[in-house]
Amino acid sequence: MADKFLDTPHGALNALIYRGNTMKNRQLKFALASPLAFLFAVGAPIPVIGFSLARSVIAAPLQAPVEQAPPESKKKKKIGAAKEEKAVEFTPANFAEIQKLANDRKLTPDDLLAAAKTYQPSGRHDEYIMFASGGHSGQMFVIGVPSMRLLRSIAVFTPEPWQGYGYGVGEDVLKEGDIPGQELRWGDTHHPALSETKGDYDGEFLFIGDKANARLAVIDLRDFETKQIVKNPITMSDHGAAFVTPNTDYVIEGGQYAVPFGNAYATAEEYQKAYRGMVTFWKFDRAKGRIDISQSFALELPPYWQDLFDAGKLASDGLIFGNCFNSELATGGIELNKPPFEAGTAQRDMDYLHIIDTKKAEAAFKAGKFEKVNGFPVIKIETLIADQILFFAPEPKSPHGVDVTPNGQYVVVAGKLDPHVTVYSTSKIKAAIADKKFSSKDSYGIPILDFDAVMEAQVELGLGPLHTQFDDKGYAYTSLFLDSAVARWTLGGEYSSLHPEQPWKLVTKTPVQYNIGHLCAAEGDTVSPDGKYLIAMNKWAIDRFFPTGPLLAQNFQLLDIMQGGAAMPVLYDSPIGVGEPHYCQMIKADKLHPWTIYPEIGWDPQKQAIDPLAPKAGQEKVVRNGKEVEVFMTAVRSHYFPENVEVNEGDNVTWHITSLERTMDATHGFCIGGYNINLSLEPGEAATFRFVANKAGVYPYYCTEFCSALHLEMAGYFRVKPAAK
Amino acid sequence: MTSVSFISNILGPRVSSNDLLGRRMHFVIPTIMLSLARLALIISVFLPYWHMTLEAPQYPNGLELTAYVNHLEGDVREIDGLNHYIGMRKLNDAASLERALGVWMVIAMVVLIEMAGLVHTKWALLLVIPALLFPVGFLVDLQFWLYSHGHNLDPAAPLSSSVKPFVPPALGVGTIGQFRTIASAEAGWYFACVSSLFVAAALFFHRRAFKPLFDKMQIAKAGG
Repeated sequence: MADKFLDTPHGALNALIYRGNTMKNRQLKFALASPLAFLFAVGAPIPVIGFSLARSVIAAPLQAPVEQAPPESKKKKKIGAAKEEKAVEFTPANFAEIQKLANDRKLTPDDLLAAAKTYQPSGRHDEYIMFASGGHSGQMFVIGVPSMRLLRSIAVFTPEPWQGYGYGVGEDVLKEGDIPGQELRWGDTHHPALSETKGDYDGEFLFIGDKANARLAVIDLRDFETKQIVKNPITMSDHGAAFVTPNTDYVIEGGQYAVPFGNAYATAEEYQKAYRGMVTFWKFDRAKGRIDISQSFALELPPYWQDLFDAGKLASDGLIFGNCFNSELATGGIELNKPPFEAGTAQRDMDYLHIIDTKKAEAAFKAGKFEKVNGFPVIKIETLIADQILFFAPEPKSPHGVDVTPNGQYVVVAGKLDPHVTVYSTSKIKAAIADKKFSSKDSYGIPILDFDAVMEAQVELGLGPLHTQFDDKGYAYTSLFLDSAVARWTLGGEYSSLHPEQPWKLVTKTPVQYNIGHLCAAEGDTVSPDGKYLIAMNKWAIDRFFPTGPLLAQNFQLLDIMQGGAAMPVLYDSPIGVGEPHYCQMIKADKLHPWTIYPEIGWDPQKQAIDPLAPKAGQEKVVRNGKEVEVFMTAVRSHYFPENVEVNEGDNVTWHITSLERTMDATHGFCIGGYNINLSLEPGEAATFRFVANKAGVYPYYCTEFCSALHLEMAGYFRVKPAAK
Repeated sequence: MTSVSFISNILGPRVSSNDLLGRRMHFVIPTIMLSLARLALIISVFLPYWHMTLEAPQYPNGLELTAYVNHLEGDVREIDGLNHYIGMRKLNDAASLERALGVWMVIAMVVLIEMAGLVHTKWALLLVIPALLFPVGFLVDLQFWLYSHGHNLDPAAPLSSSVKPFVPPALGVGTIGQFRTIASAEAGWYFACVSSLFVAAALFFHRRAFKPLFDKMQIAKAGG
C-alpha cells in the first residue's frame, strides 16, 4: 500500500524502511496509512508550509519599517578601539629618529613618556570621559582622558546656538529656571554629579547646580542634553550642588551665602535671627529622568555659609555630610570699619561639620513636619533637633572639601585655613550619636558631638588643603591651593594593607601650575575608584600658555597616579578657554551608552519619545487658521521641504521640523536670519518652535551645520507679507 | 485497470510491486533528491541572495546592501540619499515586479518539482527547467537592473556632470565616484544552486529508474 505513494517523500522513506511483504509488515503499513499519514504522503504539506511561512516573509517588508537605530552588532568594527596588531619592536632607525626629535625639540625622556601616555592615534577613543563644570559659562564640558581633548560642551544655564539651545528650541527648559520678573540666562556651574547605582556611576544622568541663582539642572546622557532646570524656591545661592545619594534617590543641593528664606527682606543686624542656610533634597524620578519637585524638601540650617556636601555610602549609607565656614556669623562691612568677611569668617578655630540623617529627614517630611516657604516644604531647626536629624562635629577653621572614602568609613575634611586634613570615622560618629556624646550645643540648639569622640586622624599636608579624591591603592589625594601642589597621603583602617606606607601619612607632593582648586581622580568619588589618572584643576595658568590678552584660560593638568609611592608626575597641561571649571566627574567610557542617532524619525528629545505631530516624509504642509500658521517641514540632505513659507505680518507661527536622517553625524542646522532663530537637528530629531512674525520682509532660512556637498543649496525663503495699511 | 492505463499514458508508467523487487533504491533516490531540492529552495527564501558593500572615505564602517528574494535590507535609505545626487532612481524601484512575485515563483518552482516527481516520462525535464535555470536567471536579471539603474540617470541631477552612466558589476569590484563597490552572491543563492544540482542529479536517477519501465510500456502498447 505504501508503495503506491512512492513518488512522495513519505512513500520513498517507507519503501526504504519496510522491505518484503509479510503479514506483520502489511499490518504495520496499514496502520501507518492512517488519514494523517495519507495527507502527509501526498507531499502537499511541503509547499503549503512553505507558503504559510513565506507569507510572513512577504508580509514583513510590506509593513512600513520602523526605522530603528542600527544595532551595535551590525557594525563591522568596534569604533574607537585599537586594531589588534603584533607587539611593536623599535628598530635602530626608530631610536635614532626619537633621539634626534628629543634634541631638536629639547624634550627629556620623561617628556616623551608623558607624550606617549596621552597621545591617541586618529580614530582611537579615550578610556575615560570627564564631565567638567564650565564655571560661570553656565555650561558643562565633555573631555576625553588621557588625551585631554575637548569633545564638546553641553549647554545648561546659558543659551548656546551650535547646540540649538535657547534660540527657538530649549527655551522651555531655560524658562524653568527663571524667577518671576527676571530671565536668568547664565549660571555659575560648580560641582557636577553623575547618577549612581549602588554607589557606582551608571552613566545615565548628570546633575549640576548654579551657585549664583540656586538652581539645579538635569542632563540626560543618552543625548547629552539638558532636560530640566529647577529653581530653588527658598534661597538665592548654593555651592554644594550637586551630590547624589548612592542610588540617586536624592540630588543634594547645599546652600552657601545665607539669605532670609523665600526672598524676604532683612538687614545685616537681623542676620542671626532672619538669615538662614539650607540643604535641599531633590527627589529624582529615574524612570521619568526628572526631578520630582513634589517629593522634594529642604532642611533649615543656621546661616553658617554651608560649603560642600557629600553623601555617605556603604558603611555610612543614609548619612550626608556637609561643612561650613562662617559659624562666626560674620556679616562683613569693611565700609563700616568692621572686619571684612575674609577675616570675620576665620575668627573661630572650629566650624561645624554637618551630619544629617537622610532617613530621618525623609520620615519627617513624609510625616508632614515642615513649614512651607514659597510653597516648598522646609523642615525647621526645632524638628531637626527633636527628630535627631542634624548633628554638628567641630571641624578646623573654615574648611573646604568634605569627601567620603570609597568604603564609606571615613569622612575627610580639608582644612583650607588649617594645614591639616581631618579624618572622621563614620562608625565613631554613629556611636557618638547613639551614646549622646555631645558636650555642647550651638546658638540654635543643635547638638555638637565631641571632637575626640569622632575624629580618627589628622594629617598635616601643607598650606590650603581644599578637596580630596581617592584611588584603588588606598591613597588619598588632596589639593593644596597655597602650596600649589597635589598631596598624596595614605588612608588607614582597612586601606592600610593596600599600600606599603604607614597609614595617615603624607607620601609626596607634586607641584602643579598654578593654584589648584579641585582635583578629580578616575571614578574617584564612587565606591570603587579606578586610580590611574588625576586631573588637577588649576585656577591660574599665568605663564603656562601663550597669553590671550588679559583674560587667561584655566589649566587642567593631567597627573599619572598609576605608580605608587613618590612617583606622581604631571603628564599634560590642557587649557580650558571658557568659564572657570571647578569640579568634574570622570567615568569609564564604556559605562556610557549615548545614542548616535535618535531611535526613530520624529523623536522629541525633550520628552524622549516620538512626537505625534512631527511631520514625516510626505506629510509636509502649511496650515493656516486665521492668524495662526502651523508649518510642517522636513529636512534631509540637501533640502528643506517646503522651500518657501509665506505668512502675514503679525501671524503666530508654530514651526515643526523633522530630520529624516538615519546616519551618524548627519546633523542639519536651521536658522532664520533676522528672527534670532537657530536650531540643531540631529538625525531623527523633531523640533518645534514658536514666534510672532512681527517684521515684514523676506528672510532666508538655511542649514547652518555643514551636511553635504550641496549644503549651500540647502536653503529657503520665509516671506512675511506686510499688513495692509 | 483502465484508469491506471490512462494515467500511465499521460504521466508515464506506474511502479508495480514487481518492478520494486531488487530495484527499490532506483525509485527511492529520485524522490529523495527532488525533496531535497524543494527543501533547499524553500530555505533559500529566508536567506540573503546577494550582497554589496560600498566603501568610501566618509563611511568608516562602509555601507551594506543585502538582497533577499522579496526585499532589500541594509543601508537602503542612505544609499538612496546618495544616489539622488547623481540622478539614480531609488533602489526599491529596481526589480519591483521580480521581488513582488519572488516568493510565489519559488513556491511555483517547488510545486513544479513536486509534480515532476509524479511524471515518469521525459516531460519531467520540462517541469523542472525553471528550478534548474533559477540561479543563473537571478544573476542575469540582477545585472540587467544594475545596468538599467546605472544608465537611466536623471540629467537634471546635481552631480550629473561629474558622474557618467556606469554599470556596477553584479559580482566583484567596481568604482563609482568616490565609492568602491564589492558585490557577491550569498547563502540564499548558493542554496538555490544546490537545489538546481539536486534537480539535475534527480533527473539522471529518474531516467535510470523509469526508462526501462517506459520502454517496456511502449513495447506492450505496440505489441498489444
